[in-house]
Order: sequence, then structure tokens, then C-alpha cells
Amino acid sequence: MRATPAPEIMLEPAYDPAGRGRDPIGTSTLAHKGLNVRHGTILTLEDINVSFDGFKALTNLTLYIGVGELRCIIGPNGAGKTTMMDVITGKTRPDNGVAYFGETLDLTKMSEVQIAQSGIGRKFQKPTVFEALSVFENLELAQKTNKSVWASLRAKLTGEQRDRIDEVLQTIKLDSSRSRPAGLLSHGQKQFLEIGMLLVQDPQLLLLDEPVAGMTDAETEFTAELFKSLARKHSLMVVEHDMGFVGSIADHVTVLHQGSVLAEGSLEQVQNDERVIEVYLGR
Amino acid sequence: MTMPLNQTLLARASAKLGPQASMAIGLLVLAVLLAMPLLHLLPADNALHVSAYTLTLVGKILCYCIVALALDLAWGYAGLLSLGHGLFFALGGYAMGMYLMREAAGDGLPAFMSFLAWTELPWYWYGTDSFLWAMCLVVLAPGLLALVFGFFAFRSRIKGVYFSIMTQALTFAGMLLFFRNETGFGGNNGFTNFRTILGFDITAAHTRATLFFATVVLLVASLYLGWRLARSKFGRVLTALRDAENRLMFCGYDPRGYKLFIWVLSAVLCGLAGALYVPQVGIINPSEMSPTNSIEAAVWVALGGRGTLIGPLLGAGLVNGMKSWFTVAFPEYWLFALGFLFIVVTLFLPKGVIGLLRKKGEQ
Repeated sequence: MRATPAPEIMLEPAYDPAGRGRDPIGTSTLAHKGLNVRHGTILTLEDINVSFDGFKALTNLTLYIGVGELRCIIGPNGAGKTTMMDVITGKTRPDNGVAYFGETLDLTKMSEVQIAQSGIGRKFQKPTVFEALSVFENLELAQKTNKSVWASLRAKLTGEQRDRIDEVLQTIKLDSSRSRPAGLLSHGQKQFLEIGMLLVQDPQLLLLDEPVAGMTDAETEFTAELFKSLARKHSLMVVEHDMGFVGSIADHVTVLHQGSVLAEGSLEQVQNDERVIEVYLGR
Repeated sequence: MTMPLNQTLLARASAKLGPQASMAIGLLVLAVLLAMPLLHLLPADNALHVSAYTLTLVGKILCYCIVALALDLAWGYAGLLSLGHGLFFALGGYAMGMYLMREAAGDGLPAFMSFLAWTELPWYWYGTDSFLWAMCLVVLAPGLLALVFGFFAFRSRIKGVYFSIMTQALTFAGMLLFFRNETGFGGNNGFTNFRTILGFDITAAHTRATLFFATVVLLVASLYLGWRLARSKFGRVLTALRDAENRLMFCGYDPRGYKLFIWVLSAVLCGLAGALYVPQVGIINPSEMSPTNSIEAAVWVALGGRGTLIGPLLGAGLVNGMKSWFTVAFPEYWLFALGFLFIVVTLFLPKGVIGLLRKKGEQ
């Protein structure tokens, strides 16, 4: 039986009156070293356009994510959520527009590997882990360290790194299956393993594509707790269809529709927005 | 056929008896292999004498075992199915052959050049009378070709079956090039009639024994290298690359460097195997580059069990042992048997012979 957090915590949207999440003064004390976030914005997308063979997947998409923010992205199928993540991680190049990580890193000019190394982690919609390797080895590979060929040839885990992996194994509750091949895990466990891989990778911005799909209610609640504890130290962008989950974690929700932002605000605000109701209910 | 038999026993026993016993049997096989060249030195009427035919045959199979291991490093671990490893093998062989031809020709030109009425050595033959430079070529020729090919292929993200087809085309192109007399490598006859190596008669018992011994050493060294790589983080990154390349990229690894490293290493191992093959077998010609040879190497690995270190050795030993027997008993049916074998392995033995033995051992 998994430990279930108290439900009243779950239902309360995270509210941060001091505004620490946005780091409004611009001292960037919350950001990691090496990334310039002078204006408190970790991710800037402006007027992004992407089209595939004439189909416009993203049209003039503009979106900002603050340092330490936990942002939920919702929207009907085909709204461009996954395409947006592809643009941020360098998998898809935008036709035009501006995409900056921090103030200085131009995402449209960086390769996928460079983007990952600079501190953007991504969880895929379909849980993707290294199936032939054990749970522990999966985390070992994901861990933040020198990832060049030569470093890997001579790599040996330090005690500190081992402790960090053990800690994450505890957090994602996979400690007892640490030496099982990841391919034998259940769907929900794979989701957690992938989240664990992001934790050891220690990125500053986490992109999570439907992280609670296929999870039980208890697991979903646990994930919500985990994400809330991650926010502030990290910035998170969560794409999710599960409204209960969105309500339990997000302080800020963005609705995408036909490749651009339809509405932004608290969950309550966007749920009462006429246009959002129209899009979702088809009126 | 001592070799394949012993190795089958090795795998079966290892499945049943655990790592200690398999280590013991492995050492026994190694002892037999090390004893063979010594037994060859015995007088011919001695009961324990190993004939030159047997020694050459086993030596040849050992060279193929190295190729299988090299291919397995690229295919089994990193998922790069090469159908052109015969090219790297042949390049190593040709580099060695150049040296042997120069030795045989003395101060003159190699025989086939005189036959073509050439008066001067082509530029790429310079220095090949030096054994050391020839050894450098053995490493450099396959290594550089693999480096350049791999660099462009991996940069363009060519994967899977497209990569396999390109390697196949590469070895075919190599074969056509080497078939031409103008290329300067003896055309379709290739190199043969070797006389001496480092001044020793190439057919002498001592020379044969030494070459065999060197092959065993190279095989053991490659096995050790493969074992170290498979156990390192590098090996785990390769496995991850094979199964989920995108995930690995989003973890911050650049797959190109990893692929290139294992690809070039694999090619160089093949080249070294080829260099030991040529003086033992006594001939190298462009048919070694024919696509069927490279496909056969993939069959060895698949049959033995890819992604394991012993499996490919087992596969190379079994298939070549069978081939030696088949081509004497029913020469016209060998290719059918090989094709049948490949179908059986694909359908029923996805993890190869080693997978079958392991499964039996667990039951």
C-alpha cells in the first residue's frame, strides 16, 4: 500500500503570496548557476510558428515561464502541446519566432543534446526508459555528470552519486526493484522511473508530457505532491488532461487551442472563460 | 572439430553450473587452443600431432570468431547492424598481404605488377616493405574508412535498415574497386604465393604455430576488451542507445560520439583479424569483400546470440565447423543450409544458441 497524502493538501492550489516563484526582484537567487535569468523568466517563446506540409501546428504562440513556476498546459487534442515541447527541446525547428532559455540561450540554434545539457529535461508522453538496463542503471545514466565518451569509459560512481540515486529510488518508491530490468516494470512504475531519471538529471526546467497517464489515484496524488515539492527549486511545465490533477498542482494554467494561447490564468479563471468552454464543449 | 564442440559444451555447462564452472571450461578451451600449436610442432608420426590442415582451419575459424565478436560489439550492443564488415576484414588482410608480397618479391616489384608491365610502385605501396608500417596500415585502413563513413552516416542520423544497406553497398563498391587491375592490388587474383614473413618461411611449422598463437592472443584480448566495455558505463550507454536513442539524447548524451567509437573499434578489430587470416590461409582476393561474406558474419552473431560476448564466438565456430563439413559432404547444398539456419534462428531462437542454452539451464 502506498502512502497517501492527506487529501486537503491535494485540493488546495499552491498559492505563493510573496511571489517567490517568479523571483520578481530579478536577483535570480532561485536559479542555478550558469543560467542568466535576470528578468525572472526561465523560458521565453514569442511568435512561434510551426507548420507541417501546410498544416499549422503552432501559430504565433507566445508563452513565458517564470523561474520556479509550475505551469500546466491544457488543451484539446491537436492543440499543439507536444509540438511546443518539441520546439523547446530542439526536436522540431520553428519556421520563425523566438525561443530563449534564460536570457541568453537561443533554443532555435541549439541541438537536442546541447539543450538537454544546458538544463531542460523532458518526460515523454509514452514512458520511455532503457528497458534492457536495471532501474538503478537507468538512473545512473540519467544522472547529471560529464556525458562525453571518454568520461563514460572511465566513469565510476562516487559515494555521493550513489547516495543521490538511492535517495531518488526512495522518493519514487522503486527501491525494492532497483536491480530489476526496467522493461519488466508496470506502466505506472515506468512513469515514476522516468520522473526519477529527470530528478537525478537535475534540470532547471522540466517538461512533463502527461505524467500521470496510466497511474492509479494514489499514484496520481503522490505525483502531485512530488511536483509541488519540485516547484520553486525547478521550473515545471506539465501537459495534462486530468483536470483533477491540474487543479491540485497548478497555480497557473495556459490553455492552448489550434496552435496558440487561448487563455491564461488560474484554473478557476480559465474554466469560467467563455472561449475555453466553447472549445472544450464544442458550443 | 575440437573448437565448436568444446564451445557448445562450455555454454551448456555454464548455464547449468554457474559462472565458476563456465570459467573453468573456458580456461580448458583456452588450454586446448594454446596446446594446439605446440602439438603441431611434434613429429608427424606422433599420435598427438596436429596436422597443418587442422591448425590452419581452426586458426581461420578463430579469425572469424574475432570478426563475429567485433560485429557483435557494433550490432549486439549498439544496434548498428553492419552488413559490410567483410570490407574491414579484407582491408586488414590486404594491408598484411602488401607486406607479404613485398617480402616475396625481394627488391623487385610484386609479381602481378611485373605481369602488368608496371615499372614503378604506386604511391600507396611505399613503405609496405616495412613490417611496422604494414601493421600501422592494418589498423589505419579499416579504421579511417570506418571513421569517415561513420562520421557522415551518424551525423545524418542514418539508422536501422538504411545503415545496413549502406554498409552493404560500401563493401560491394570495395569489391568492384579491388577487382580492377588498375587499382594495384592484383585484381581478381588478389595476393598469393607468399614466401616469408619477417624472414621466416611462411609454411614452416614454427611460423604456423606462432601465427596461430598470435590469433589466440588477439581473440582473448578482444574478449577481454569487450568484457571491459560491456561492464563499463560506456557499455550501458550503448545499450541505452540501441533501445531508446531519443531518450538518451534528452538525457544529455550525444549518440554520435558513442556510435563512432564502437564502430571504429569494431572495424579495427576486423582489420586485425584479417591481417592474421591472410598469412595462415595464404591468399587474399576481392571475394572476401563480397556481400555474402558480410551477411554470413551477421548470421554467426545472430545464431550464437547477439548482445552476449560468448554467443558470437559460438556462432562463428558452429557455422564454420558445419561449413567445413558440408562443403566436403554436400558442396552444392551449403548455401541452402545456411539460409535455412538463418530462418530457424530468426523464427525460433531470437536470442541465439546461447539464449537456448541459458533457458535450458534455468529449467
